Amino acid sequence: MLSFVCRRLFFAVILLFVVSAFTYVIFAALPSDPAALTCGKNCRPEVIAQNRVRLGYDKSIPEQYGNFLKGIVSGRTYGAGEGVHCPAPSLGYSFRKHQCVTDLITRTLPVTASVALGAFVLWMLIGIGLGTMAALKRGRWPDRLATGFSVIGISLPTFFIGLLGIMVFVIWTGLLPFPRYEGITADPAKWFMSLILPWFTLAVVSASSYIRLTRNGILEVMNEEFVRLGLAKGLKRRTLIVKYVMRAALLPIVTIAGLDFAALLGGAVITESVFSLPGMGKLSIMAVNDSDLSILVATTLVAATFIVIANALVDILYGFLDPRVRTY
Amino acid sequence: MNSKVPLLSIRDLQVSFNTREGLVRAVDGISFDVEHGESIGIVGESGSGKSVMVNAILRLNFATEVIVKGEILFDGVDLLKLSEAEMTRIRGREIAMIFQDPLSALNPFYTVGHQIGEAYLVHHPDASKSEVNRIVLNALDKVGIPEAAKRIKSYPHEFSGGMRQRIVIAIALVNDPKLLIADEPTTALDVTVQAQILDLIQSLREQSDSAVILITHDLGVVAETAQRVMVMYAGRAAESSTVTSLFEAPSHPYTQGLMRSVHSLENSSRGSLKSILGVPPSLINLPGGCAFRPRCSHQLGDQSKCNTDKPELRLVGKSNVACHLPDEIIKSNSVSDV
Ligand SMILES: Nc1ncnc2c1ncn2[C@@H]1O[C@H](COP(=O)(O)OP(=O)(O)OP(=O)(O)O)[C@@H](O)[C@H]1O
Ligand SMILES: [Mg+2]
Repeated sequence: MLSFVCRRLFFAVILLFVVSAFTYVIFAALPSDPAALTCGKNCRPEVIAQNRVRLGYDKSIPEQYGNFLKGIVSGRTYGAGEGVHCPAPSLGYSFRKHQCVTDLITRTLPVTASVALGAFVLWMLIGIGLGTMAALKRGRWPDRLATGFSVIGISLPTFFIGLLGIMVFVIWTGLLPFPRYEGITADPAKWFMSLILPWFTLAVVSASSYIRLTRNGILEVMNEEFVRLGLAKGLKRRTLIVKYVMRAALLPIVTIAGLDFAALLGGAVITESVFSLPGMGKLSIMAVNDSDLSILVATTLVAATFIVIANALVDILYGFLDPRVRTY
Repeated sequence: MNSKVPLLSIRDLQVSFNTREGLVRAVDGISFDVEHGESIGIVGESGSGKSVMVNAILRLNFATEVIVKGEILFDGVDLLKLSEAEMTRIRGREIAMIFQDPLSALNPFYTVGHQIGEAYLVHHPDASKSEVNRIVLNALDKVGIPEAAKRIKSYPHEFSGGMRQRIVIAIALVNDPKLLIADEPTTALDVTVQAQILDLIQSLREQSDSAVILITHDLGVVAETAQRVMVMYAGRAAESSTVTSLFEAPSHPYTQGLMRSVHSLENSSRGSLKSILGVPPSLINLPGGCAFRPRCSHQLGDQSKCNTDKPELRLVGKSNVACHLPDEIIKSNSVSDV
């Protein structure tokens, strides 16, 4: 088991290198000239050329990537002369925002993490709860209710649900203040209030597919022979549902949930935009608008890193949960 | 317990499923008894309702669309009238079951030791850990799992099919049930293992004096293991008698067909039923009259009772036969045909 965990983690590290190289190369190969973006519209060609050298964009792509990695390990000074020093781990420097990219990310990531974590807890509760209810009362009204919810949740776009939430809870009924993000350390109550709508918006969308996954998973496992044997042994229905059916049915959902959560950590782009949350999704969107490659490379990499890590964790967790996978 | 009352007495059992295509009458009025310690074989083609019938005994059907009528008297108590909680106490303790496919019958997430122990523990909630452990080891030993102490922590996927079936048997026998139902326990196993498993069930039965209901496609298996046999066709009993009389003088035209197919295929796969012409009827909207009529070698004509009445079991010679043919014909056929 230990060697399985080690191997899986080692594999994850390798994968991270590959992913970072790919990300870097892809962005470097884009037709836009990062040096040209460093100064305004009426920039003189000499300045652009000068900036290109100062930023290291005159070097070959592998060399640039090497410098980028070096920056992550030991920090890096950007620009000529005294330049700007970003301490390790440095993911680059944004000349648009005049800030170290790492600082931008450490500032936006907690926002995104707050959104993601709350939404995740909510959607798992709703998804697994309603899905289980639907399966156990198949064909009756709880099933129809849950299935109906799921269809609506899947067919409505995220921004629509978000705007609907604002409309109903902020504008019409005034139950909630207009979400204005506040750090959890600054004001926990405000933090919570400002996140209720984003959480529910994301949860409704994601829970919809989890309702169906859970419902179908449970119904499928219920037909398994081993469940029938459990019943024939004299197990109570509740024991059977929890110990036999749920365990088997929820296992595949762990995988999907882990990856979905990791993907969300990379930035809930639409939700953050709708509720003007200063998270990583918002940061990425602004970077796209500004053609700020240094930020885009970094946010993409961070998002990819989350996925790779989640993938490894899910695999390892699966090994613990499913004895059939454990035999490595 | 009154020993004059049969251990199990099934009276006019009907099991049907409400499906979109219509009402499926999987079991359509079956009655039979199982005495204490007796071994009874049930044979019949695929789809004749054997599994549905025995699942109904333990009420294992999750499906809400199932309709069960009749009586299932176990030790004189109608199981169909028990509450779910009372039924839970019967399952696994009084009546245990072995399923067809050992590969999917064990829970992949728990060790075999846990699963055997669990079967004991549900009915003996106060048992100590060491007691359960001893029982589990003993059960594994009894069903012939080598190095039981080591294998107790193994998971089902670490065993072969035959070994897994032994574990399923261990689960079934851990509470010393009065009745063991084995639904084609060897169909999914290869031939050499089949014989071992049947021998095992046989010897365990002799040690414990449980009654056994053994379902099979294979008349040879019935001959070797059972005292009485019931032949099922389309959810009804076609014939019911002792194994000796069935093999000496099969009476129902369907049984005769079965026997012929065994004889004609003696050297290939036993019990293949291809030599009876035609296919089993669809169980949806069965027409009245004898369900075997379209495939029967005796055609009594359109006016006969075969077209209108479902034949009931009646004693002809030494067998109970559900057939409208006159006694003389049944008797003469049973001798001459085989
Ligand atoms: N849940 C169900 N819904 C509808 N029909 C069913 C259901 N379960 C069983 N049946 C039908 O009942 C009939 C009898 O099935 P059963 O499994 O008892 O046959 P069997 O005699 O055990 O056959 P086999 O030898 O293949 O195991 C079949 O026609 C089957 O399609
Ligand atoms: Mg069957």
